[in-house]
Amino acid sequence: MSLNKKVLGIIFANMHENTVSELTRERTMGSVMFGGRYRLIDFTLSNMSNSGIDEVGVITKSNYQSLLDHLGSGREWDLARKNSGLHLLPPFSNTSNGMYRGRLEALYGIWDFMKVSDADYVIMSDCDVVATMDYNPALEQHIATGADITVIYAQEKLTLESAAHSTVLGIDTEGRVNNVYIRPAISGECDISLNQYILSKEFLKNLVADAKAKGVYSFEESILQGKCREFKIMGYKHEGYFSKITSIKSYYDANMVLLNSDNRNRLFPESAPVYTKIKDNPPAKFAIGAKVKNSLIADGCIIEGTVENSILFRGAKVGKGSVVKDSIIMQDSVIGKNCHVSCIITDKIVNISDQKILTGSANYPIYIGKGAQI
Amino acid sequence: MYTKKECVAMLLAGGQGSRLYALTRDMAKPAVPFGGKYRIIDFPLSNCVNSGIDTVGVLTQYQPLVLNDYIGNGQPWDLDKQYGGAHCLPPYQTALGAEWYKGTANAIYQNIAFVDSYNPEYVVMLSGDHIYKMDYNAMLQFHKEKNAVATIAVQDVALEEASRFGIMITDEDSNIIDFEEKPKNPRSTFASMGIYIFTWSKLRQYLIDNENNPDEDKDFGKAIIPNMLAAGEKMVAYTFDGYWKDVGTLDSLWEANMDLLNPNIPIDLYDPDWKMYSRNPVLPPQYIGNEAQVEDSMIAEGCCIDGKIDFSVIYEGVTVEEGATVTDSIIMPGSVIKKGAVVEYAIVGENSVVGSGAHIGARPEGFDNRDDWGIAVVGHRINISDNAVVAPKQIISEDM
Repeated sequence: MSLNKKVLGIIFANMHENTVSELTRERTMGSVMFGGRYRLIDFTLSNMSNSGIDEVGVITKSNYQSLLDHLGSGREWDLARKNSGLHLLPPFSNTSNGMYRGRLEALYGIWDFMKVSDADYVIMSDCDVVATMDYNPALEQHIATGADITVIYAQEKLTLESAAHSTVLGIDTEGRVNNVYIRPAISGECDISLNQYILSKEFLKNLVADAKAKGVYSFEESILQGKCREFKIMGYKHEGYFSKITSIKSYYDANMVLLNSDNRNRLFPESAPVYTKIKDNPPAKFAIGAKVKNSLIADGCIIEGTVENSILFRGAKVGKGSVVKDSIIMQDSVIGKNCHVSCIITDKIVNISDQKILTGSANYPIYIGKGAQI
Repeated sequence: MYTKKECVAMLLAGGQGSRLYALTRDMAKPAVPFGGKYRIIDFPLSNCVNSGIDTVGVLTQYQPLVLNDYIGNGQPWDLDKQYGGAHCLPPYQTALGAEWYKGTANAIYQNIAFVDSYNPEYVVMLSGDHIYKMDYNAMLQFHKEKNAVATIAVQDVALEEASRFGIMITDEDSNIIDFEEKPKNPRSTFASMGIYIFTWSKLRQYLIDNENNPDEDKDFGKAIIPNMLAAGEKMVAYTFDGYWKDVGTLDSLWEANMDLLNPNIPIDLYDPDWKMYSRNPVLPPQYIGNEAQVEDSMIAEGCCIDGKIDFSVIYEGVTVEEGATVTDSIIMPGSVIKKGAVVEYAIVGENSVVGSGAHIGARPEGFDNRDDWGIAVVGHRINISDNAVVAPKQIISEDM
């Protein structure tokens, strides 16, 4: 990184899975598909890589087959390195630690890995936030303010529903976090944690050891909330584009807002590419009679029908006479002939046979599970 | 096996491709973009990998920068290997001096040490001039069955076209009994595809003999093949009846791109069993806007389309603004077609800008004399100013 400090990235791939339980039935939060060709972990991983972090550990817990398959050696993110690089950290239990219950226990479980890293600082991130950010200014601020912990936050208008999956920060004029409200029953404009933290490895080591001794495991509750007056916890405001996924509805919306070119340009700036696994699909093909409007189309799609206000992932197919509106069609899903679908989310390799009509609504999109035949 | 490869491929990629004019001014022909997200060389390279050949020497000479950069360590084609893989082989200096590749045979001669290091039984010779999907392993099996020294892939072409090609005259057992380069009165319709398999120990000797004979051309077609024939070596023709197209001219490059859109032409890029690999760009999905009309076209990632696209191939990262029309055309990576511009029957190179209201090319219908009409071409990194007109057949290699 720019400050000549070595930074270790730690990504928690399984956190927040309950918010989109349909999508995470067979995969981790990090491997949930997003934006036509990505998985949620691509954003954090690309941010780390683009910020110059060359050592990243990905902590998983369960359902991680698709995640391992996606990440491979980490080459696509430039993280297949001789030294450092990408490390996949599935849970391993020994007599003293079982399956982890929270971040602190997870970190305790991987401390042997952490120990050998020569990093000065650790940036921890979950996979529930889609954003493009440079971690360098955040680290600079962390060092300049002498903070024990820096929490990356952003301003968002919360509803009662989204607040139930958010951590709201009270921040004083100096930028210090002096109150932490976890899943509060409030609504309105709030400073919310983006679940990304910076701290020195030494400080983190003490936190983890101390937590083990006391039997606490939740970083948010025991450290952020419990120690926010004792420790110097600073906020770093992310001013750029972001969306935080708190439900299937917010997942749907976070995809759909990318149809707006302003949002798209902010999430995908030329200076910070978002990397993902390469699939070697040919370009998308539009047949005679195809009608496509206001949609994101990935490579390998074959479109013979009408597509409006939708997102088609790699290899999706829309047959002749079919109309797809306001929908998310994931990788290798096939919509047959003369179908009419609107406000649906199909998972991977869904097959909707000819003449089907499926209608969801924008505030309650129909989700169709992976591999379903309709 | 760590000390031996059965078959090594040598890909001749040093050609200038002078008939592609502005498109090959600063890149070798095999590096020219093709088919929406590929470059011409992706076809032979992917064929190698799909045929189980994992060692490929890529002989470069003319403008190698783009090509070297593109091939890199061969990883996009799975050709980054501990033993084998893709290797760019430019001409080099020796204790005796430095020389360019003086011909196809000399290029291989200069790299005998490279081939020897894999101790292969066979060498397959390829060029970066053609679009086709072919199983070289099937051809190799044929070569082995026939116990041949040389196997030449041929295509049965129409008699009236035969005089454009090198023609193989064969007996009923596929043995090549004679060979004619572009004959006026062809005695056969088996056109050489420029794909050869040789038994390496034999070829090696012919290359050395050819090099030592100052009177001979250092070329496969002009010397090695005739010499082998004259010496009575067992040479056979392997008939390939799949799609195969030379992309050496602007017209054929345009046609080959358009063939991808034609469902009746048998080149299928969407076949999962014979994937074409390429160095993929890191770009978000393409966006098709509210006012866009897209039909009968291929469009790659990162494009932003607000205009009208019909029967065209649009490469990655292209912008077509509202009110612009692109028909029967090829727009290469990163180019921008501004508002109200019209592009018809044209090829626009990489990272060029067609100004608003500009008009590139024209439909052939309005031309009484078809010779006055042709594909219009805008080279790479060219700016065409607003309202400029590029006539059909015109080739633009400077800003205008």
